[in-house]
Amino acid sequence: MVFRTLAFIGPLLIAGAAMAQTGQVEVKDAWARATPGKAETGATYLTIQSPVADRLVAASTPVAKKAGLHTMTMEGSVMKMRPLSGIDVPANQPVTLKPGGMHIMLEGLNEPLQAGKSFPLTLNFEKAGQKQIEVAVEKAGAAGPGGHAGMDMPMSGKR
Amino acid sequence: MASPANPRAPQRFALLAIIFAGVLVVAAGVLLALGLRETPRGAAGTALASAIGGPFRLIDQNGKPFTDADLKGKWHLVFFGYTHCPDACPTALNEMSLALDRLGVKRHEVQVVFITVDPERDTPETLKSYVQSFDAPIVALTGSPQDVAQAAKGYRVFYAKHPRADGDYDMDHSAVIYVMNPEGRFTATFTPDSSADAIVQRLQKLIS
Repeated sequence: MVFRTLAFIGPLLIAGAAMAQTGQVEVKDAWARATPGKAETGATYLTIQSPVADRLVAASTPVAKKAGLHTMTMEGSVMKMRPLSGIDVPANQPVTLKPGGMHIMLEGLNEPLQAGKSFPLTLNFEKAGQKQIEVAVEKAGAAGPGGHAGMDMPMSGKR
Repeated sequence: MASPANPRAPQRFALLAIIFAGVLVVAAGVLLALGLRETPRGAAGTALASAIGGPFRLIDQNGKPFTDADLKGKWHLVFFGYTHCPDACPTALNEMSLALDRLGVKRHEVQVVFITVDPERDTPETLKSYVQSFDAPIVALTGSPQDVAQAAKGYRVFYAKHPRADGDYDMDHSAVIYVMNPEGRFTATFTPDSSADAIVQRLQKLIS
């Protein structure tokens, strides 16, 4: 009898745990650079972590007409921008979108992204579904989130 | 291997010769590419220096004609890009303007020049509001597709439109910052991800 109960409950527990896991995709350090002038294009960077393998397939935001997954590569000295159909997030391996590589390109910005402000961004994951986050806008010269800007480092004094 | 009894030997020899020639061509190309990454020095460098740059006729962000002659007498940092570029172009312009700021009084001896490779979307007005956001004064240039192509050719800059499925397009382009001396001669290069510190240190040596 006890065994039967366990046999019945066991799979339910496992299924429950799996469901909880898929909802655990974590997005952190989402930031964007302030955009120059009336520039219609901006880029958003962030870090995604998930306990199960997942795939970021789309993004959208009310501040721009389009939010596309994009990557920048250098081939020799030639810079190439390409759309991506998705960004794979392996289980338990954080994926970071950062300057000089993958980013979420915002096109047709309604207004410039201003440092100190933030805006909402919705991410669509193949398994975890929709996730809404808030993106912090850093200074135009920022190199990373949370004011980890290379520009404000004191000069080393070395020649 | 090359036994006369083997009637195919000459053919094999020809094939080997072709492969060998191919390897030589590739090796020469690699050496040339490596050489181009370095600052030109010596006789070869002099030849290279005169091969980059040259005359151009474009329009600045105020809608006024602007030619290479307007840059004579000042060091200039020349960068080709486009304002719809989300990542590398603003980074490069920002690092350059920070570098200028750190040059102190010598910053007046250096001019940052941004030439669009996307004249279709980058009008003088677009460029004006774009470069105004950076701390340093930047000359931003556009022009007819022919005039932009001419300027890019002078600087050995490659660019091409890359259409996307959604109807928009990205631009592929050479992302090199050229350092030109007050006579308009090519002197050095920076990569677009060079830090302001690296740029300022190099400029201080060059200008002094």
